[in-house]
Amino acid sequence: MTKCGVSVLTTGDEDEVSSCYEEHEWGKNRVKGREKEREKKKRGNARKKGASRAGRGDEELEERAERGEKGRRRRKRDNHDGKGRERDEEEQAEEKSGRAQEERDTEEGDAKRKKKNESAKREEKKEDGGKRAVKEKANAVKTKKHKKKSSEEEDVEEEEEEEKEKELRPESLSPEELEKLKEAVDEKKKLIQTLRGKPWPMKKKLSTLRESQEFLEKYEGALGKGKGRRLYAYKVMMTKKWMKFQRDFENFKTACIPWEMKIKEIESHFGSSVASYFIFLRWMYGINMILFGLTFGLVMVPEALMGRPYGSMPRKTVPRADEASAMDFAVLWDFGGYAQYSVLFYGYYNNQRAIGWLKFRMPLSYFLVGVGTVAYSYMVVIRTMARNANESGGGDDNSFNFSWKMFTSWDYLIGNPETADNKFASITTSFKEAILEEQESRKDDNIHLTRFLRVLANFLVMCCLAGSGYLIYFVVRRSQKFALDGLDNHSWWERNEVNMVMSLLGMFCPMLFDVISTLENYHPRIALQWQLGRIFALFLGNLYTFIIALMDEINLKRKEEEIVKFNMTVWEASLYNGTVPENSTAPPVTIHPADVPRGPCWETMVGQEFVRLIISDTMTTYITLLIGDFLRAVLVRFLNYCWCWDLEAGFPSYSEFDVSGNVLGLIFNQGMIWMGAFYAPCLPALNVLRLHVSMYLQCWAVMCCNVPQERVFKASGSNNFYMAMLLVILFLSTLPAIYTIVTIPPSFDCGPFSGKSRMFDVIQETLESDFPAWFSKVFSYASNPGLVLPFLLLMVLAIYYLQSTSKSFKEANVELKKKLQMARKAMTQAAEQQSNNNASPQAQKGEARSFLWWSEIGSSGIHGKKKKKKETFRALCKDLNVLL
Amino acid sequence: MGTTASQLGKDLLSEYQELTFLTKQEILLAHKRFTELLSKEDKALPNPRIPMQSILTLPELKSNPFRKRICHVFSTSDMKDGSLTFEDFLDLLSAFSDSATLEIKSHYAFRIFDFDDDGTLDVGDLEKLVNCLTGETDDTRLTPDEMRQLINNILEESDIDKDGTVNLSEFQHVISRSPDFVSSFKIVL
Repeated sequence: MTKCGVSVLTTGDEDEVSSCYEEHEWGKNRVKGREKEREKKKRGNARKKGASRAGRGDEELEERAERGEKGRRRRKRDNHDGKGRERDEEEQAEEKSGRAQEERDTEEGDAKRKKKNESAKREEKKEDGGKRAVKEKANAVKTKKHKKKSSEEEDVEEEEEEEKEKELRPESLSPEELEKLKEAVDEKKKLIQTLRGKPWPMKKKLSTLRESQEFLEKYEGALGKGKGRRLYAYKVMMTKKWMKFQRDFENFKTACIPWEMKIKEIESHFGSSVASYFIFLRWMYGINMILFGLTFGLVMVPEALMGRPYGSMPRKTVPRADEASAMDFAVLWDFGGYAQYSVLFYGYYNNQRAIGWLKFRMPLSYFLVGVGTVAYSYMVVIRTMARNANESGGGDDNSFNFSWKMFTSWDYLIGNPETADNKFASITTSFKEAILEEQESRKDDNIHLTRFLRVLANFLVMCCLAGSGYLIYFVVRRSQKFALDGLDNHSWWERNEVNMVMSLLGMFCPMLFDVISTLENYHPRIALQWQLGRIFALFLGNLYTFIIALMDEINLKRKEEEIVKFNMTVWEASLYNGTVPENSTAPPVTIHPADVPRGPCWETMVGQEFVRLIISDTMTTYITLLIGDFLRAVLVRFLNYCWCWDLEAGFPSYSEFDVSGNVLGLIFNQGMIWMGAFYAPCLPALNVLRLHVSMYLQCWAVMCCNVPQERVFKASGSNNFYMAMLLVILFLSTLPAIYTIVTIPPSFDCGPFSGKSRMFDVIQETLESDFPAWFSKVFSYASNPGLVLPFLLLMVLAIYYLQSTSKSFKEANVELKKKLQMARKAMTQAAEQQSNNNASPQAQKGEARSFLWWSEIGSSGIHGKKKKKKETFRALCKDLNVLL
Repeated sequence: MGTTASQLGKDLLSEYQELTFLTKQEILLAHKRFTELLSKEDKALPNPRIPMQSILTLPELKSNPFRKRICHVFSTSDMKDGSLTFEDFLDLLSAFSDSATLEIKSHYAFRIFDFDDDGTLDVGDLEKLVNCLTGETDDTRLTPDEMRQLINNILEESDIDKDGTVNLSEFQHVISRSPDFVSSFKIVL
């Protein structure tokens, strides 16, 4: 190293430095005689160089000799490459180890070298007229292109050569050279773009960047002639501006992401798995924001601004009987009274086809927003799933189980000593487990007992699920009876029984499941999956029992509606007969809308039920958070001073943050929103509020009263699992909503679709009255079964085709993997052979390796896109070059 | 904010943005944190270095078992004392940032794991790595037998050319298939 330093100081020439690298490398490989010889040569060269500083006359000669030397060296090395692959590898390794020092050296000499280099060049040019240098350079570039560009060192050389290219005068160049210059410029540009992805120290990157930019500024404008030049310069300027704008925009975008700092803080304390919950929460918040925007902007606001005002018609007025209590807090809290007769619920909307001076088609808008909500949700969820699957594509093979545990298990985000300790422990156990599993497939000491216990556990869980289902059904039926009696006669508990029971079940059943699952003695990860599956089943069962009970209630209401309808006609008749018996044409103006009898409006009832459910669910979540986490933490913290055992380490301790449970809660909450949003347009708004509050509340609770999990799970594996659950829930929750929309006729006196036989008739109506006749004709042709059926068939066929191709890809993938393993075996054999006789293993080994890389190209190409494939191909070629 | 911006210089700032995976805000924040760590007399110097000891006090690095390695890898100091200049610090943050590529992340991960700086992960490096991962206390340490088994398994999996060590391309080959690496190889200020 010292030698190198000296040579830099004495000659200061770039070439010398690069040769000095080699010297250093080769110096490490001290066995080879040839290298020594070369070293000598180089040193001689250096000496010569030093001498030439005295007499600058032979500068040019020197330079040429230098070049010849370089070429020879290159050739020699190529030779060398062909001969000893193994040695080459070693060299590569050396290179890497030495890189840090080398780079440091480069920096040291950088400034000096550049100056000298340039001055030397200038002199050369004076003598040479520049022209020859150009030619030579072109040659150099060409040879360089043939060479492989793999190691760092060559990058350095590249730079150096590009630096020389700076000396060209654009005016004196022929078109070909211009072309070359253009290429160089493009290369520079590419270099600038990829610079951030290079593992160099900043100083080197900075100097390279500045050089390249200088180069670009100098020559970019020179490219192109006359008019073209100006245009070119303009284009360049615009691209620069555009880049800057893009960068600023990127900065702006990252600054706009809400709660970034909060999540980062949590990330650093609890690792990435807890943070993944909050990221999920934020994502959910974004979706709900959009749903809220849709319903609020297209349904609620237009109705509030342009629709008929409150009190103008029966459906928009609180009935006379309820007027006295309509403003009571208890009633409003239940979303009765004035809340019920407002834009928050379905029943308030009028069936007037177009409202306001904008002629806003309210019923149509209502229907389309309902459909759009569902469609948008599907789109977002599926898109996210696809993206996640792409990102983690191919991550499911287990061929690098140990290496991944070793190299990627540390979560660098962890900044909390306690979390770090937990992480240490969990990594150790995972190592030990893996070793155990590797050593022997664990022998079960008493397989019958475990089996029995597992069956028993599942039986218990089934009992729990059935019990909770029955309980909900029972409670809902009871509440219907209460509702028939009138709500005033019952206590608060009896009125809110359904929601409370559902929330309490959701709270306690998971704990029960947790206890039961200890019977089963599963591996923690499998246990977690079972637990999640059970909670999912519980929630789903509860939700569906609730819906079935609601359906019963809807039927009841519809019967009631029939009666009311009949009574209405009687009442109207009596009204007409009573007030104006002779003159029936005069309208009965005196009736106040509050006095008009009305139907039960089952849609509003459904909406109310869902809103109440959401509210009580939110409340229980917050209260469990406050009691279960905060109060517990406070008690543990302060009672610990005067308690007989250690509360912090012992039994109650602090609570952990339950990622999976929280995610499940979030998912089900969202399911309820999707289900109820059609009948209560306020639901997305409520949910946005809820998520907003829970973001702050949970962030605070996590930071102040939770301890990091003992079993730390990876965030990445579960992401798509949650998404899949969300998709299932989305499907299951839109099912009943769509069923009610399609099969049940809307109420006759409330809501935007009143008076129609089905809700979707609004489409038909719009087509008939708002579009030209030919359009509805086309539409009716298009909706003809003769057209729809073949279309559906086509889609099914397309799906089948896509699936079969993906299947065949998968098979090919497996096949390639097999080949990979075979290649590996072949290589092991080769290695063994090599240890036996050192004579001719190279060919075999090389074969095996090339085979390995090629099969890898194939396997990565299969699930990647074309571009990705190209990239991997390029990278692998590079690797191949290095290795062979 | 305004003062830090003027300290850094607009051109330099945009160059840093060009050369790292960091946004403007992150660079400014990094600069703020960096100057907080500087002692008074160092601030007057043109290109101050922070000694490794004070870098390790950063809460983001405090509980990282590889903190010293990280400093050594990113340090450009001649003394090999792991001290960092601001630019080294930016390099560190850039490699650990959210948007850094897998390639650069795996490159630096390799150098961090390469404890003896010889360009390959040999048995000694892997042992040290395991010890780092299992913590300093004795009850979490692996027994020599387990250690041997583990390292054998790792070499069996990732040592493709069977030379007894894992080199950079083998390492990157393994890492590039891991689903967790990019999301966990992150440090955020």
